[in-house]
Amino acid sequence: MTRLAIIDSGGANIASLQFALDRLGIESVLTTDANVLRSATHVMLPGVGAAADCMARLREANLIDVIRSLSQPLLGICVGMQLLYESSEEGDVECLGLLPGRVRRLSCEGLPIPHMGWNQLELATSSPLFEDIQSGDYVYFVHSYCAPVSDATLAKCTYGETFSAVVQRGHVYGTQFHPERSGRIGSLILRNFLRIA
Amino acid sequence: MRFRDHVVVGDILELAQRYRDEGADELVFYDITASPEGRSVDRSWVRRVARVLDIPFCVAGGIRSVADAEAVLGEGAEKVSINSPALADPELITRLSERFGAQCVVVGIDSQTIDGTYQVYQYTGDPNRARNTARSTLDWVREVQERGAGEIVLNCMASDGVRRGYDIEQLAAVRKVCKVPLIASGGAGAPEHFLEVFRAANVDGALAASVFHSGSLPIPVLKQYLRDAAIEIRP
Repeated sequence: MTRLAIIDSGGANIASLQFALDRLGIESVLTTDANVLRSATHVMLPGVGAAADCMARLREANLIDVIRSLSQPLLGICVGMQLLYESSEEGDVECLGLLPGRVRRLSCEGLPIPHMGWNQLELATSSPLFEDIQSGDYVYFVHSYCAPVSDATLAKCTYGETFSAVVQRGHVYGTQFHPERSGRIGSLILRNFLRIA
Repeated sequence: MRFRDHVVVGDILELAQRYRDEGADELVFYDITASPEGRSVDRSWVRRVARVLDIPFCVAGGIRSVADAEAVLGEGAEKVSINSPALADPELITRLSERFGAQCVVVGIDSQTIDGTYQVYQYTGDPNRARNTARSTLDWVREVQERGAGEIVLNCMASDGVRRGYDIEQLAAVRKVCKVPLIASGGAGAPEHFLEVFRAANVDGALAASVFHSGSLPIPVLKQYLRDAAIEIRP
């Protein structure tokens, strides 16, 4: 049975993620309790706001090493995905280091920043995360920073430049877009993540 | 004033679900009477809406403080939009942006051409209180970006509600100084109006109300029309 824990990273709109999971019939618990996180079958790390603020809140809750030591499927969402990397240019902050590389500011000369809107996924490889999902499907992005395309990239997106939209390394997954606000496609991504054992 | 004689469009929950199912990319809930009367939005509906919507939505009206915004965002809204309170207290934009990030902070601007220049109006929700602030719209657009706005909705008042098309000239002028996403508002009546505003004013989004509420332009029909015209848009 799925026991889903959502790390309470202090963002104002974690409610929308919980509602999306409710619609899937998945119960979730919002927590900063290390024991609850360790005993969960799946963990999600949402993040909104500046990377440095999110890291500070995780540190305050003594969760940095807890998150680093998790072995169950972990999904970082938006800034939560960016926190999975070694560091972020946003506030020049050291992050969790579960994925190699550094998050940097979007360089999309002539296009508005933040990048806010619906853009297409370009799948780079197959993944259980992509069951019933195809290249060209639209998902909803809100961000000013991005992770470069790397070995960890499962899907790309292009907005001025091409960046990682979905990443994975071992049990660690991340989406730059907001699956909870990406209509049917986003809902499928959440469903697929929760099916990963 | 085009805001007179509001039409009650029915239960917002039903409307939200209808637009979700029709393929709207984002919804904005305006309580345009909230600011003039000095009251805030009744927020009990925000959570109910958030439970059924799987697309982003924004709440506008009566948000005057970080606490007001926190309550709305905490109920599941993606963004808050501020208009008259930003004019009364421009520092509010900065405070919201620092607390929640620019992506949560939309600034709505009601603008009208007066003597050949674009000028900002305040309290447009109440015809008796609406007033010309004598601020230049282009200056205000620059200022709100410096203060941390993550998106601007420009409502061109002369076009609003009359369905004769967006104010392309004004939107194109604002586009030139707007480096954050720009949403066109006011004047949509036909599919051609949407195509024109994307092509000629290069906006990031087009907002419309009456043309959708009345059912005269179904969203799937509009989206197919735009896709056929090579505008990149979610089906």
